[in-house]
Amino acid sequence: MISAGRWILYSWAWFATILQLPGDDRLSGGETTVFVTNDKAFARPLANIGRLTRRQHTVGNSFFNQNWVAAPASTTARDGLGYLFNARSCSACHVRDGRGSPPVSGEDALGLVIRLSVPGRLATGGPVPDPAYGLQLSERALPGVKPEGHVRVSYREEKGSYGDGSSFSLRKPTYEVVELAAGPLHPDIRFSPRVAPAVHGLGLLAAVEEEELRRREDPGDLDGDGISGRMNRVWDYEAEKVIAGRFGWKGNQPSLRQQTAGAFVGDLGITSPLFPGENHTDIYAKLHGFENLPASEQPELDGKILQRVTTYLETLAPPARRLVDDPVVRRGQNLFSRMKCASCHTPEMRTGEFHEVAELRNQTIRPYTDLLLHDMGEELSDGREDFMASGREWRTPPLWGIGLQERVNGHTTLLHDGRARDLAEAILWHGGEGRTAREAFRKAPLEERSALLSFLQSL
Amino acid sequence: MAALLVSCDRDGNKDQAAGDGQPVTEGQVVEHYAKLVSATYGDALSRAREMQEDIETFLSGPTAELLEKARDSWTAARIPYLQTEVFRFYEGPIDDEDGPEGLLNAWPMDEAYIDYVEGDASAGVINNATDYPEINAKLIESLNEKDGEANISCGYHAIEFLLWGQDLSADGPGSRPHTDYSTGENAERRSEYLRAVTGFLVAKLEEVEAEWAPGKDNYRSGFLELPSRDAVEKIMTGMSMLSGFEMASERLNVAYDTKAQEDEHSCFSDTTHNDMIYDLTGIANVWSGSYGDLSGPGLEVVAGQIAPELAASLGAKIKASVEASKAIPVPFDQAILGEDDAPGRRAILTTIESLEDQAELLVAMGKEMGFGVPISEGEE
Repeated sequence: MISAGRWILYSWAWFATILQLPGDDRLSGGETTVFVTNDKAFARPLANIGRLTRRQHTVGNSFFNQNWVAAPASTTARDGLGYLFNARSCSACHVRDGRGSPPVSGEDALGLVIRLSVPGRLATGGPVPDPAYGLQLSERALPGVKPEGHVRVSYREEKGSYGDGSSFSLRKPTYEVVELAAGPLHPDIRFSPRVAPAVHGLGLLAAVEEEELRRREDPGDLDGDGISGRMNRVWDYEAEKVIAGRFGWKGNQPSLRQQTAGAFVGDLGITSPLFPGENHTDIYAKLHGFENLPASEQPELDGKILQRVTTYLETLAPPARRLVDDPVVRRGQNLFSRMKCASCHTPEMRTGEFHEVAELRNQTIRPYTDLLLHDMGEELSDGREDFMASGREWRTPPLWGIGLQERVNGHTTLLHDGRARDLAEAILWHGGEGRTAREAFRKAPLEERSALLSFLQSL
Repeated sequence: MAALLVSCDRDGNKDQAAGDGQPVTEGQVVEHYAKLVSATYGDALSRAREMQEDIETFLSGPTAELLEKARDSWTAARIPYLQTEVFRFYEGPIDDEDGPEGLLNAWPMDEAYIDYVEGDASAGVINNATDYPEINAKLIESLNEKDGEANISCGYHAIEFLLWGQDLSADGPGSRPHTDYSTGENAERRSEYLRAVTGFLVAKLEEVEAEWAPGKDNYRSGFLELPSRDAVEKIMTGMSMLSGFEMASERLNVAYDTKAQEDEHSCFSDTTHNDMIYDLTGIANVWSGSYGDLSGPGLEVVAGQIAPELAASLGAKIKASVEASKAIPVPFDQAILGEDDAPGRRAILTTIESLEDQAELLVAMGKEMGFGVPISEGEE
């Protein structure tokens, strides 16, 4: 016999599942959620996309996927690569719109870049470029031009043990830059390796009102839960003012448009109306004897294509969760809150009503991020400041789709530099504000740890 | 209730013959589809062989006339091939895991990957004897899409580029001189490339054609053993993906939006209008069951039995799309230019909209039939 109250509860759950009402845990992105589990799981347009938006999405997709070539070329809409670059296309690193991984030994990185800077701050509040190498190490260049250098990563295993005595091993990376083509790096160089993040669901994160993010800030940890959380505040090059940063590993970009234009110039060497200057320094160009293209060839990416690629990124859907009613997954979900993972990996938010793309408005989303900066301890520090973010601070990355990463990208590496080889290692790397959660996980019995991982796999 | 009745009908009619008032079965429609596929690939193969002969004749004594003849037979060879494109997208022989689609029809291509272009006389594999001392089919296959999607080394569009050259004029196609194959720089290597890439194309078409040939243990025999509703789902998937994803989005909308010549499908020969018309004709063929002299029950019969009104709208839309594509002014690379109210751009937008409608109607029809029909990549 079940009580009437239970019966109502069960029926409601059943109806909610069938009708996909709000409250359905599967709906990572509300009405935008796509039900896909194949290797295109991050590559689908919003489920509710309208015709006109879809058209723009398609064009952006074409420019995201295809290789850029050196200018001038007969494929005029797709030239402008270099001189210096990290990849020939966006999709070379964000493969199938998914996540990159660090290079295997001896190979050049594709999917991981090295950000550089020297101490100090620009007038914008941003990091100061290395005088010869700029803000990012370019590992590739057009024929006849020397790449700036090549990064080599090696790992040292560090043993640890779970509360139940079983052991684990984490790999700690060391980076070396070889074949530097303009002499040694600045003696006080700041150095930050970053893998290409997956790009699905970003439009929904953009559509969350700044007010909603601000509400979750607690910079002085006034509630005493050991977790602070603050927004990065960064330079918006179009508005020419400081606003909230929410994209990138350190939340150093205020908008997808600026993030996209920044990646075009930084990663591909393609100028745009937003960033009309090439990515090499004058010192480097002089040393290697190449000249900038005539002004008539600039910017290499026109404003319309920048807008299309931005729309493309805004309209990639988050995939639906799987196995939400599995008892082990349910248990893992409870543990996720109990262990305080959910304090930063915020399970639920709502998008605002003003985003330019109507499909993104008023959605209940489950991104598992608060988009705020948190101190992650010395363990994860890169020692490089990025606007307000210190070396130890990182922006909580979203977790939606994380269980499909292996399907999409064929690897399970995680964290900003891909040092974690799987979900458990990623948790075990957490320090600083994440220390309490990490310790809760580390000390938990095997059965609880597996349940938590099952839950993460269902995202 | 309706769905239940349909499934009873289907099972009940499974073994009955058509004609004399008996309703046509899905099984019969599927069988006729296989015939139509086989006939279309058969034509694609024989036209490609004719093109190969004409190219061989041209290479054995290059003249302007013989080059023109080879170009004409390329254009003729495209017509049946384009009508096979509706047989893609369901992992049939053309585009299953080791299917040759990417080796036959990949685009857009960076032509500098193969041969010289304006401003770079020494570009491409043809002019690089150091890295590629010997040109043969094996090399060409290994180079396709190496280091990038635009690095196309083979297929119809590679042959097109080798016959026409870059299209640098507003009012006509590319005008590669026939002397490129006699007195021009690296003429011998270029001839070898054209010969090898053409032979390779014919060989790949032979493989696909054989998979659909009757009376063999091949893809076709397996296809005909599928539950007929599963086969219909594949047939519809080809139609909807070609309508929505490939034609409306990738081929028409990207070129319409960017106004960039490189985004037109057959940019060297200025025959992109054929690409539109005959791809859409391929969809109409599957719907009506007619191709050339061949006729029989098409998909419209099954659709009409399941959802008559929807089938009527869909049939009308498929016709309208073919007509809309015929109204796009030639050449396509000029039609995409200008203001949005220019006749060319209006005609293209009309075609895009018609195809979007068509894709949506196909999705709706799939629902009536009990399955989901994708209109863009990665749907499940």
